[in-house]
Amino acid sequence: MSSSRSEPLKDRVRKVALVGTPNVGKSVLFNALTGRYVTVSNYPGTSVEVSRGTARVAGQSWEVIDTPGMYAIHTITEEERVAREILLNERPDLVLHVLDARNLERMLAMTLQLVEAGLPVVLVVNIMDEAERMGLSFDLELLRQRLRIPVVGAAMARKRGLEEIQQAMATYQPPGEPRVIAYSRLLERDITAVTSLMSGEYQLSPRSLALLLLQGDEEIAELVRRQEPANGAAIEQVVRDVTFVRRESFHLDLSMERKEIVRKALQGVMQIPANRRESWGERLSRLAVQPVTGVPLLLLTLYFGLFRFVGGFGAGTLVDLLEGRLFEQHFNPWITGLVKGLISWWPLQELLVGEYGVITLGLRYAVGIILPIVATFFLFFSLLEDAGYFPRLALLVDRLFKRFGLTGRAVIPMVLGFGCSTMATMVTRTLETVRERILATLLLALAIPCSAQLGVIIALLSKVPGGLLIWAGVMTLLFLVVGFAAARLMPGETPMFYMELPPMRLPQLANVLTKTYTRMQWYFLEILPLFVLASVLLWLGKITNFFATLVSALTPLMRLIGLPREAAVAFIFGFFRRDYGAAGLYDLQRKGLLDGRQLTVAAVTLTLFIPCVAQFLMMKKERGWRVSLGIFVFVSTLAFGSGYLLNDLLLATGWLSS
Amino acid sequence: MKLSEKAEEVLETMWIAIEEEGGAFFDPEQAGFSVDDPVCRELTGHALVELRQGMLYFRPEGREAGRITIRRHRLAERLMMDVFNIKGEEGDLKACQFEHLLNEGVDTKLCTLLNHPATCPHGKPIPPGDCCLQARQTGDLGVVPLTECKSGQEGEIAYIQTDDSKKMQKLMAMGVLPGNRIRLVQAFPSYIFRVGFSEFAIDTALAREIFVRKQM
Repeated sequence: MSSSRSEPLKDRVRKVALVGTPNVGKSVLFNALTGRYVTVSNYPGTSVEVSRGTARVAGQSWEVIDTPGMYAIHTITEEERVAREILLNERPDLVLHVLDARNLERMLAMTLQLVEAGLPVVLVVNIMDEAERMGLSFDLELLRQRLRIPVVGAAMARKRGLEEIQQAMATYQPPGEPRVIAYSRLLERDITAVTSLMSGEYQLSPRSLALLLLQGDEEIAELVRRQEPANGAAIEQVVRDVTFVRRESFHLDLSMERKEIVRKALQGVMQIPANRRESWGERLSRLAVQPVTGVPLLLLTLYFGLFRFVGGFGAGTLVDLLEGRLFEQHFNPWITGLVKGLISWWPLQELLVGEYGVITLGLRYAVGIILPIVATFFLFFSLLEDAGYFPRLALLVDRLFKRFGLTGRAVIPMVLGFGCSTMATMVTRTLETVRERILATLLLALAIPCSAQLGVIIALLSKVPGGLLIWAGVMTLLFLVVGFAAARLMPGETPMFYMELPPMRLPQLANVLTKTYTRMQWYFLEILPLFVLASVLLWLGKITNFFATLVSALTPLMRLIGLPREAAVAFIFGFFRRDYGAAGLYDLQRKGLLDGRQLTVAAVTLTLFIPCVAQFLMMKKERGWRVSLGIFVFVSTLAFGSGYLLNDLLLATGWLSS
Repeated sequence: MKLSEKAEEVLETMWIAIEEEGGAFFDPEQAGFSVDDPVCRELTGHALVELRQGMLYFRPEGREAGRITIRRHRLAERLMMDVFNIKGEEGDLKACQFEHLLNEGVDTKLCTLLNHPATCPHGKPIPPGDCCLQARQTGDLGVVPLTECKSGQEGEIAYIQTDDSKKMQKLMAMGVLPGNRIRLVQAFPSYIFRVGFSEFAIDTALAREIFVRKQM
């Protein structure tokens, strides 16, 4: 194996990987182990995020890797593949398998697989506190003896067990030979048939590789082909033979054998009370998933979370404070005076502090308007995520989403789209089929306003009685009609829906803040350059008069939907970012250029209007030129078409006319 | 008593003509064999039927034998159709060959496997056997898809039936394994079930593929 293992320990950084199924508290353990210096990055070639941090335990430096959730060493999803890649390629010195005490019986199967693979495993039985509250009791010492690996009981949310985990890290002795987990004679014969032909060097034990080969794991097959120049074909033949003979039920047989081994290992380890107690989390969960109570709960969450907190507090109070007070009254006059005093060349003055200046417009929009809105949204989103609400939302809307060719799973990118559609477009990767991804991308590009846009629009339209209602009505209608029609027109089948429901729990403030901060960081690094670029382009357009030409060119289009020519500016901004455009609208309204009807029409058109540059680039990256251009043309046409019709309708009925 | 295949078929035809169509007797000429046929001698020899004036009449033993033979035939039809997915004429033909193997308790096993069906694929009633009556008495409802369970009902996972092996593996990794206790928590808008201390949500299509041995 890796030669670096024999180096003196203190001289190098050791690696520890946290593995386990989703929602067992890996991230909480990660945060507890590592300090402030955490990097979150996409695993090369994937959209899967992997967090890395450093820790110092008993004088030894560790690199801590938080892997994506995996259910078994035999991988199915992209997340699982990444998690296994990390185990295979990064050769961690220690693997902390974190599992949920309540589901010890179900999750221990993966511990066995990790041990069998010859990985240096320490088992962390987490969430002991909730398990004990349910009346479960454990004899972990007995489990340690049976498994012959270190076992630590923990409740990471309360930092219980952290010291024991650190101690286990410091004193860990790797096993000499991989533990052999004995299966039935039939299975052993099949395993031996494969392993007897293998002679290559591997990170995982040959037994474990043989089982993966027999389960039809293509990546492992590829790996073995590379490592076995002489016997590759023979191995493939044996695997094919066994797979054929046992084609009826190999996966099932293996799972059943493992289940039996787990059952024996757990005899006397876990005491389950006859009557399970229902926790408040379970009662809340019950309320969240039943339509009668779940739908009102959803509406309440949206009203208080999106409308009051993000729209009212974020886009109202905070924006007034930051943009209205800080920038307009103090920072901008000060910086303008400073720059004008230092630089006398007019174009450069304009570039920095002019009408479309990098500082006076770009920075003001980014920090003064967008930042507070997005921050409140991500805080709200992370709270819901940590409370375990999204899977419940997903199952609640699954039936409805099926009509749009999506499954309930798509609700997560959709809700995230209310934060940042660019980020949400990226997350559509987690959907199962290409068809689902395209449909979700289309709906995100069309009818889901991002938080900054939403915040500004709520702030603007709340001054127009009925305007917000009409705007929301048009959005919902188009979302339903386009979703329904697109699902009919696009060939392909809707995939099945399945999802684990993690227990609902009180979110840990520290975790929520960390998540919010990480998302803010991503968002800000992505948008700030765009805002600066937009400012530079607008400045270029202004000093070359191209901008005025563009505004004139758009004027007929504006007139068609009943807007003044100045509104074209907001639409041009809107191309750079959706929120930028909405912020432009905000400026217009303050100048008193738009009445109620025009404001509503503008808000509808702008919300529907093309995805911003960033989202478009993300669409192109994820879906390719053909699909993204198609969506671009469709969405732009529909936006102005709807604006035109709405304007006519409002004029004809006399609604909203002042 | 082991009858020839031909004799079993005559019993079936007779049973339909007399028990289901209300005839008093059975005319062998109509079925295309004469009273001199060896099959007649076989049936009368076993004291299953009586021959009077060229017509065949059931004796009580024969009536029971006919009932059981027809039951086997229709169970075989169900097997062809539901399990082997052989339909139409091909299925009928295969069922005719298969039914003769269903003696000495094999029919009981098959009947339990098929969860005591009440009708054949053509909609005719399958005469109930002892196993059916017993199942009804003990309230063992047999193996049904999760969609047939009511909220709050508990059972044991019997098997998973899906063409998609990845989905099957995913379900198994989630703990949906034969032998595990499963409890249906909610059936609308999505199915929610609990295995161990975990809950899962699935749609109707997937719920149809998880088969549960129900207990009342």
